[in-house]
Amino acid sequence: MSRPVAALALAAALASPVATAQERSLPLDVLRSGLAFSGGDVRAMQADDFANPGFLWVERGARLWAEAASGRSCASCHAAAAASMRGVAARYPAFDRASGAVVDLEARINDCRVRHQGVPALARESDDLLALTAYVATQSRGVPLAVDVDGPARASFERGRALYYVRHGQMNLSCAQCHELNWGKRLYAETLSQGQGNAYPAYRLEWQSLGSLQRRIRACFYGIRAEMPRPGAAELTDLELFLAWRAQGLPVEAPGVRR
Amino acid sequence: MKPRAHPAAARRRWLKGAAALAMARSLPGFAAPEMPDIPLLTQLLAGRVPRWERLRLDLPALADNGLAVPLKLALPGPFAPGPSVQAIHLFSEKNPVPEMAVFEFPAPLERIEIDTRVRLAGSQKVVAVAVMSDQTLYAAAGDVIVTIAACLDGS
Amino acid sequence: MADSRVSVPKEARRGEPFEVRISIRHPMETGYRTDESGNHVPRNVIRRFACRYNGAPVLAVRVSSGIAANPYFRFFVTARESGALEFEWVDDAGVRGEARADVAVV
Repeated sequence: MSRPVAALALAAALASPVATAQERSLPLDVLRSGLAFSGGDVRAMQADDFANPGFLWVERGARLWAEAASGRSCASCHAAAAASMRGVAARYPAFDRASGAVVDLEARINDCRVRHQGVPALARESDDLLALTAYVATQSRGVPLAVDVDGPARASFERGRALYYVRHGQMNLSCAQCHELNWGKRLYAETLSQGQGNAYPAYRLEWQSLGSLQRRIRACFYGIRAEMPRPGAAELTDLELFLAWRAQGLPVEAPGVRR
Repeated sequence: MKPRAHPAAARRRWLKGAAALAMARSLPGFAAPEMPDIPLLTQLLAGRVPRWERLRLDLPALADNGLAVPLKLALPGPFAPGPSVQAIHLFSEKNPVPEMAVFEFPAPLERIEIDTRVRLAGSQKVVAVAVMSDQTLYAAAGDVIVTIAACLDGS
Repeated sequence: MADSRVSVPKEARRGEPFEVRISIRHPMETGYRTDESGNHVPRNVIRRFACRYNGAPVLAVRVSSGIAANPYFRFFVTARESGALEFEWVDDAGVRGEARADVAVV
């Protein structure tokens, strides 16, 4: 796309009618999880909770949920996660009044630790934070994503959407060019997915580990030879919110398995 | 899904061909595959010729990612009376460490079936050799295509 | 202690094989990687895995870096007496791991 055309497209996207939670980027019947673009082995690994290595982190998360280093455990306030956490991951990222910002699930868990448990925040991509996030997220498995992009979340959503359509990096590509304009087509031996984030945190075979959606987005920046935003950067949360809006209706699959 | 017609169709035909070849290998009467030149494998064989039957090695024709490739080994019985399985050796043609794993059976088991996930450093042949208690050898091989990721991941 | 998960049926029929599955959290570091700072990451893989059934060894695996990270094994053990399946493993750094599951034989 030439620069004037790209600028026009960007202006059009930003000037479009107010996108509420009810409007969509892709029609619901066209929405596809990354599973639809995965090979048979990846699909088989995700379909079997025992073969799915992500459950090593989920089980660790279940243990951490009940542990109180000093004072309160997660269970002290939230009791059984299966009941209290059902539906939560489907609403994240969300605006958090106490911090006055949109936060993703990882940040929200850390906020709880600092504010209510009096323990330090966990580092992004640490096994313990991945474990807690995976444990909380999997309680919403099957629940359709439904984030609120109105009101105080609006600004973050608009920033995320703008970032999605802007070209980055040496390869001068935007997210949209692969995942909106060319999903379903081949890139080397792989089929481009729609770039939906509903399966995260996911066990990515390439990482040989469970990882967060922010890590996956950072990996994409690297892939197009752009500087990766640092973990926890605001633009990553903005993108996560936009992606969750874009994927609304797709069920939470965490912990997913991806190549 | 909107795949481009020609390149995707050509790849599917090619993959079907590779799969058909893999299936043909498992049929009796097929000419034994050539043993790849792996010193530890040659050492294990010690001049013996294995039988290319009975032992089953299942691998995908095209791996989703070379870092975790599902693999199944199976050697149907019956075993009693008669020789039992002592060990099954797994060899890689191209990995830096050619002997991937050795499954040892200290006591006779009724059902010899193992599933695991292996790492494959590029497209290659994998060879399994079962050693029986009477030193008979069974062998099986599989060819796997391993591609590199479309986008580099430095995260 | 490495996290691990074990799956065995609650009950097994005497004389018949039952499925055993184990999944172990271990990076199985090959020794061929460098980290983000460019430092070489030393090799550390599980090199031996063993399963005992009521104290008797039933499976031993000599493992190399050719087994994928977070190793997964599925195999079959013939049911004899009710009791315990014990799993042990050790990696290149000498760190041991263990797990256990009970099985009732009817």
